[in-house]
Amino acid sequence: MIKLFKVKEKQRELAENANGKTLVKKQSAGELRLHRDISELNLQKTCTIAFPNGKDDLMNFEVTVRPDEGYYLGGTFMFTFQVSPMYPHEAPKVKCKTKVYHPNIDLEGNVCLNILREDWKPVLNINTIIYGLFHLFTQPNYEDPLNHDAAAVLRDNPKMFESNVRRAMSGGYVGQTLFPRCM
Amino acid sequence: MVESTVQQSRSRDLDKLLLRPGNLVGPNFEPGPGLREDLKEYVRVLVVGAGGLGCELLKDLALSGFREIEVIDMDRIEVSNLNRQFLFRLEDVGKPKAEVAARRVMQRVAGVNIVPHFCRIEDKELDFYSNFSIIALGLDSIEARSYINSVACSFLEYDADDKPQEETVKPMVDGGTEGFQGHARVIMPGITPCFECTIWLFPPQVKFPLCTLAETPRTAAHCIEYAHLIKWDEVHSGEAFDPDDPEHMKWVYDEANKRAELFGIPGVTLSLTQGVVKNIIPAIASTNAIISAACALETLKIASGCSKTLSNYLTYNGAEGLHTKVTEFVRDKDCLVCGPGVLIELDASVTLQKFIELLEEHPKLLLSKASIAHRGKNLYMQAPPVLEEMTRSNLSKSLYDLMGKIPKDVVHATGTTNKNDKKTSVLRKLRVVFKGVDEITDMETAAGGA
Ligand SMILES: [Zn+2]
Repeated sequence: MIKLFKVKEKQRELAENANGKTLVKKQSAGELRLHRDISELNLQKTCTIAFPNGKDDLMNFEVTVRPDEGYYLGGTFMFTFQVSPMYPHEAPKVKCKTKVYHPNIDLEGNVCLNILREDWKPVLNINTIIYGLFHLFTQPNYEDPLNHDAAAVLRDNPKMFESNVRRAMSGGYVGQTLFPRCM
Repeated sequence: MVESTVQQSRSRDLDKLLLRPGNLVGPNFEPGPGLREDLKEYVRVLVVGAGGLGCELLKDLALSGFREIEVIDMDRIEVSNLNRQFLFRLEDVGKPKAEVAARRVMQRVAGVNIVPHFCRIEDKELDFYSNFSIIALGLDSIEARSYINSVACSFLEYDADDKPQEETVKPMVDGGTEGFQGHARVIMPGITPCFECTIWLFPPQVKFPLCTLAETPRTAAHCIEYAHLIKWDEVHSGEAFDPDDPEHMKWVYDEANKRAELFGIPGVTLSLTQGVVKNIIPAIASTNAIISAACALETLKIASGCSKTLSNYLTYNGAEGLHTKVTEFVRDKDCLVCGPGVLIELDASVTLQKFIELLEEHPKLLLSKASIAHRGKNLYMQAPPVLEEMTRSNLSKSLYDLMGKIPKDVVHATGTTNKNDKKTSVLRKLRVVFKGVDEITDMETAAGGA
């Protein structure tokens, strides 16, 4: 390609004396795929989505889940999504911002959902994750605990688990931990 | 006298490639001593990364007759680099890799000119990258490769017949190593598959389930990831973990050790901690040397035409004996990064609403309910309702205005199309050209004046 490089090098020298620089925002392949996921979102009425940084930042958004059945009926739980430019090669980072008494969500907001880590595949999408989060509330699971105490109570004494969840959601203590009201 | 003997012996091997004709040479190869001078004069190579591969690449390129070289790297030298990043000495620890590497090679190879850039690859404008003839990548991250690939492919332009225009092709040579394995590949955007066409070659990193880490750790890596992902947040509420901060790493190591003791798991070490947290596999100096040599040779082949290039992906495995193989991967014809997309010619007066309707009727697209994005800006989103509302007012504006009054550019559209009576969702690249809008460039003015 040496001939081509010669021509271009001469052009470059000419251009260098000419005009200024162009700064263009690059759109990653991940952003494009996310654009598709978001434009095809099909949310149930129990879930809403918000974009705190406006319409042009889809990489950071919030999803609010309001379970319509089960232990967590009446509660409002907010999750933040952080999507990397390597999406969908990499799963989004999801955190629960509402402190919740839940066997699969710890007090720091880490979420134990298989498709967010070990079972993530590029064919999955944002809809799948939101669906999965919703199911954590209708079907909490004591077999994969992040909050060990909550999991043990759910397994051994579902009635007590139910009253603990109610107490936490209405803003009270479960054991030593104070939960803010979220209903 | 001494000088000229050195020069002669240095170019002896190179001359065997550049001075003699052959049967396997590239198109338009014109052997002769002038070629050696042209390589110095007209070829500018950018080396991305000044680590294990980068050090080797800089040395190899300088000794292969390239004179104008630049190198970009954001890292500083660490003690653990010294076993293989041979341009660095103990007294260099803490200094920028790019600067020390450039200086050391210039000291050893007379006449070569290496410009270092101590910064992130994202900090440079597109113009910076467009100035190079060839970009050689010595990186250890998929994300960085993907970024450089998207930059190099953004210079690519297609003609009206969807053929890539040769003068817009920015060749890349990419090397990568992991332990005793490595790859070298040649990417000619528009001609051979780009990084994104074959992203599946890189398997996603294995991630342990959080509940396993929290409840039933079985390996040293589990203990380390527990300390890194769960314990860190519990103790340092709000403060982000920084893998490049030695104190943060030490903290994770100590916590991982406590946990390993609790569960009776052996094998937590500081280097394993760094490996797991940063996802690093130990680097082997000889693998870097072999892969870099292959990359430097391909760079020379592309520039001089002295041989046909690798077509297009070489894998090397030195774990047991030696195995090496070249695979010719094929392009993804619908690749959003290097593909031609669909050419659409429009009047400058066409509104976004009308444009979306046109996509529905376009015979190559038949795209209904399209959402449109241009350079990271969402012009119109069909869903969710919150975004539809925010973008609805754009529908009545002209696309030309919304795209910043430039005569031609790429936009992306997401929507549904009917395939064998089934609705499928698609994401398409569109090359929009506005008719009747004058494109005045320096080149055309110059040509017009002549
Ligand atoms: Zn591609």
